[in-house]
Amino acid sequence: MEVQLVISIIAGILAKLWLPLLVFAAIVAVSVRFRDRLGIFGRLWSHGFGTLGLSIILIWSLIAIFAEQVAPFDPLQQFVLMKNQPPGAVEAQSGEMFLLGADRLARDVFSRIVHGSQFVLSIAPVASALALLTGLLLGLPAGYFGGKVDTVLSFAANLILAFPVILVFYLLVSPGVSSSGLPQMLGALVLICPIAFTLLLIFSRYTHQRLKPILLTAITLAVGGWLFAAVIFDADPLGVLFVPDAVLNILVAVVLIACPGIFRVTRSLTLDVLSRDFIAAAKTRGETSWYIMLFEILPNIRGPLVVDFCLRIGFTTILLGTLGFFGLGLAPDSPDWGTSIKDGSAILRLFAWPALFPALALMSLVLGLNLLADAIRELFHED
Amino acid sequence: MFRFIIRRLGVLLLSAFCLSLIIFAVTNLEPNLRNLAVTQTNMRAGDEALDSWLEKNGYREPMLLRYGQWLGVVQKQPVFDPATGQPANRFGFCTDVQEPKFSGVLQGDWGCSTRFKRDVLVRIVPAVKATGILMFWVMITMVPLALVLGVLSGMREGSRLDRVLSFISIAGTATPEYVSGVVFTVIFASWLGILNGSAATATNIGPTLYNFTLPVVTVVFFGMGYIARMTRASMVEVMQQQYIRTARLKGVSFPRIVLRHALRNALVTPFTVVMLQFPWLLNGVVIVEIMFRYQGFGYVLVEGAANNDIEMLMACGTISVILVLVTQFISDIGYVYLNPRIRVS
Repeated sequence: MEVQLVISIIAGILAKLWLPLLVFAAIVAVSVRFRDRLGIFGRLWSHGFGTLGLSIILIWSLIAIFAEQVAPFDPLQQFVLMKNQPPGAVEAQSGEMFLLGADRLARDVFSRIVHGSQFVLSIAPVASALALLTGLLLGLPAGYFGGKVDTVLSFAANLILAFPVILVFYLLVSPGVSSSGLPQMLGALVLICPIAFTLLLIFSRYTHQRLKPILLTAITLAVGGWLFAAVIFDADPLGVLFVPDAVLNILVAVVLIACPGIFRVTRSLTLDVLSRDFIAAAKTRGETSWYIMLFEILPNIRGPLVVDFCLRIGFTTILLGTLGFFGLGLAPDSPDWGTSIKDGSAILRLFAWPALFPALALMSLVLGLNLLADAIRELFHED
Repeated sequence: MFRFIIRRLGVLLLSAFCLSLIIFAVTNLEPNLRNLAVTQTNMRAGDEALDSWLEKNGYREPMLLRYGQWLGVVQKQPVFDPATGQPANRFGFCTDVQEPKFSGVLQGDWGCSTRFKRDVLVRIVPAVKATGILMFWVMITMVPLALVLGVLSGMREGSRLDRVLSFISIAGTATPEYVSGVVFTVIFASWLGILNGSAATATNIGPTLYNFTLPVVTVVFFGMGYIARMTRASMVEVMQQQYIRTARLKGVSFPRIVLRHALRNALVTPFTVVMLQFPWLLNGVVIVEIMFRYQGFGYVLVEGAANNDIEMLMACGTISVILVLVTQFISDIGYVYLNPRIRVS
């Protein structure tokens, strides 16, 4: 009986996941077929940890994309009769199974996990990318110029690193602070970095041309201005992008915590390559400092940065879970994993499933990212 | 060396100053002050009542002035009871200064906790002690475990043993405390029933194997992974050195090579990593304390933060920043001391 139930639950989950699994199989088939032409991405498929990590990440991403099709129930809907029912209990009205049980508010745990993946997989990569750009923008000059620039920036980075993360979250992500405009200010600072980064790329690349840099600058400023309007002022002229204040607040806090780490990595990597001959050659050619940083140094340190970026997404996922676990910045009924773990751990000794399955979900995603990072590191090492 | 230490101490003090100033500024933002006033007046007071409460208790003085008072470089002024005109205590549970005097952190006065309704120092000392016990047990299990894991997997890179142990330590780095806490509680407390799923009793009767194993293991599993990975990388590097090859060609046995020749050089990096782990450990300890209901530093911090207990948060922030900076300092010194090839410039 026990075994039968477990089998039927697993079969039920696989049946619900048919669409993501199908797409996943297609992606795997294509990338294994053409792996010789796909560079490092293709080579990952012949690496044990790499295959495992990529598979986990791909499946989670596909689940997040197809969440509406996968989840059998609304993640917020309560089915009063189902309260705290164990995995495999059948909902009478629809005849559907609660594959992973119901939580104490009688919601379907499986559907909540599926929808929760959307939250993590949309915020974590964006936050990590913003942190990466910020870290690069500050870390490259700190390593390249050294001296006072380095001293000031390193001091600031160490200062943020010395803060206990929980305290930053409590100070930055609370309804009171949210309304004070502080997150908007920090958000503007964070958002300026990608724009500044793009502009620096353009100007250092096309120093001797007229039309191209002006055109590209105009495009960058237009896109940047649109993002600013949408993200900071909640007034998207196109009406496409809307970032709620709460999400902006979370994003800012996570970027703030993640970027000093990237800053330090970038800085030390820059210092490592600074004494190489190609830097001296570029200096002799009379290239500008930013050209050397962006087009000579950056491509040469990309390997460790890619690895760090992978780890950083996992780390950001953990931070988002921490926020949920402390009930900060998110709606109390939000389906994200951290909130579910918090809610479930209050009744953990009586009913394990509401906390256990989101916890395993979070762990598997981060594990996938870390395995991938490890595999990439090894592949770069072989080169 | 002496100048190096002096400079690091200077940076340490400057960091602590900046950090406490930032915490002070954020906790004194208008919405946070309002939050404090609401919890302290214990009623649904109107805006005016809240304002007058803040005014009366000195929260409307200029922020820098009050920061100076907290620090002890500006004189604290007594609060007068409007009815009698006599100096009075702001709160029923702490004694305030009765005449203008310097009474801040520098003088040993950490202020008054509005959440716990007593002097900050009275509440935070036992909390730090409790957390110290937890950290001690975490360290004493985590460090040897991580080193053994790392050395075993790093001594023969790519072997099956390496693959298995690497997977375990990567899994560790992927399992934050709130995940491993849940998983371990389900396995060891609910299912097997051999451990206590709460450390609440440890606060009173002290830590035992029964109530303390789960919190310790929970922190250890997450922290261990990273140190083990670093040890492995360092071990792999050492094992590729010329002198190891020489030793092998000489016919020295493999265990002897690992223990006598490689280990000492391979342990320099992990030492610095262990020291830099402290901030993360502190973070994990906070989560674990909340999860297992252990009344330590983390509990005080979270309770204080949730109620905007300004002076308690200042104390928590100061303590953690000093811990972080001191461990960084030790890590730097230790690195130089253990690695004779590097000298302070």
